[in-house]
Amino acid sequence: MSTTHADAHPKFLQHHFGTAFQQQESSKLGMWLFLLTEVLFFGGLFCAYAVFNAWYPETFVNAHKALSWQLGGLNTMVLIISSVTVALAIRSMQLGKKKLTFNLLAITVLLAFVFLVIKYFEYSHKIHLGQLPGNLYTYTGIEGTNPHLFFSVYFMLTGLHGVHVVAGIIAISWMMYRVHRGDFSAEYYTPIEMTGLYWHLVDLVWIFLFPMLYLIG
Amino acid sequence: MTTHSEEHKTHILPLSLYLNVGAALLTLTVLTVVVARMDLGVWNAILAMVIAVSKASLVALFFMHLKYDNKLYAVVFVGSLAFLGLFIILSMADTETRGDLDPIRENPIVREAIIYRDSTRFTNGHETSELDTAGAATDSADVVSDSTATHSTDSQTPDGH
Repeated sequence: MSTTHADAHPKFLQHHFGTAFQQQESSKLGMWLFLLTEVLFFGGLFCAYAVFNAWYPETFVNAHKALSWQLGGLNTMVLIISSVTVALAIRSMQLGKKKLTFNLLAITVLLAFVFLVIKYFEYSHKIHLGQLPGNLYTYTGIEGTNPHLFFSVYFMLTGLHGVHVVAGIIAISWMMYRVHRGDFSAEYYTPIEMTGLYWHLVDLVWIFLFPMLYLIG
Repeated sequence: MTTHSEEHKTHILPLSLYLNVGAALLTLTVLTVVVARMDLGVWNAILAMVIAVSKASLVALFFMHLKYDNKLYAVVFVGSLAFLGLFIILSMADTETRGDLDPIRENPIVREAIIYRDSTRFTNGHETSELDTAGAATDSADVVSDSTATHSTDSQTPDGH
């Protein structure tokens, strides 16, 4: 079915939009405005990191060595590859290859689970050692003033990011179901594209978290 | 609203572009780890951020299609980053210079160690029972002021209280 012709009224086109293109552009603008709120949502914690890092630079340098840059780097790789697969999933749907789209989305979800499993090992190690936020902090091996502040920032930032990964898994799984149901075509794939934008933002946040927490402290 | 469906034909990017950008991102990840393993002083932080910004730009321009889409989206996104920058700069302009011009009379920022819980406290039965009898209303702030008092500062509580 060809829907690129302006006179055609495909069923995915809602009546208040003039054209499918206008509908898609509106969705994208809405999504980017949502991503703006997400940047500011994480922004508060980035600000906390900046302030505490400026107050206690030695503590942050000492405390960041408690994190495993190997596991953090591995997770960075996992998220980058998942960003590639979700971008390729959208491209596949633009070409009308539904089966390939489904498989690429499935790989993306799988990689998101790999990320969470690695995160689980990191978290459980820190909980075991008592490297925890605020007054839960019982570890004694880090020199410097208020090392618990580093772990407060660490757990809040990675925790909020982790919640976004879980939300991404749910969103991408929902898209897999809708691809399977046959909602999408080369003419209409906007929800997958919006889910992809969200997933790229999750990747973007991690691209900054990795050096901030694991590398420079 | 006029309709020009032909000029709105979806621009499908080549497969090689996605794979090349992905490879560049993985290479930059390895690079940032290698750079961080070297001791470059203040340059460690600067280089790490430069690499992170480069990676973020690649993701935003190519994976998120900002390079090809309506520039309004780029304005929205860059706008969010600009306001985030303002937020952090103005916050730090306060926290880094508070009291430089005028002495602070109330609630100064307390930068000395705040010990929420020392290692002996919860192994000591007496101390533990004291905490228990302090009641459900006891929050961590009480423990904080308790501990900071031992540092013989003017302030009884950390900032924010």
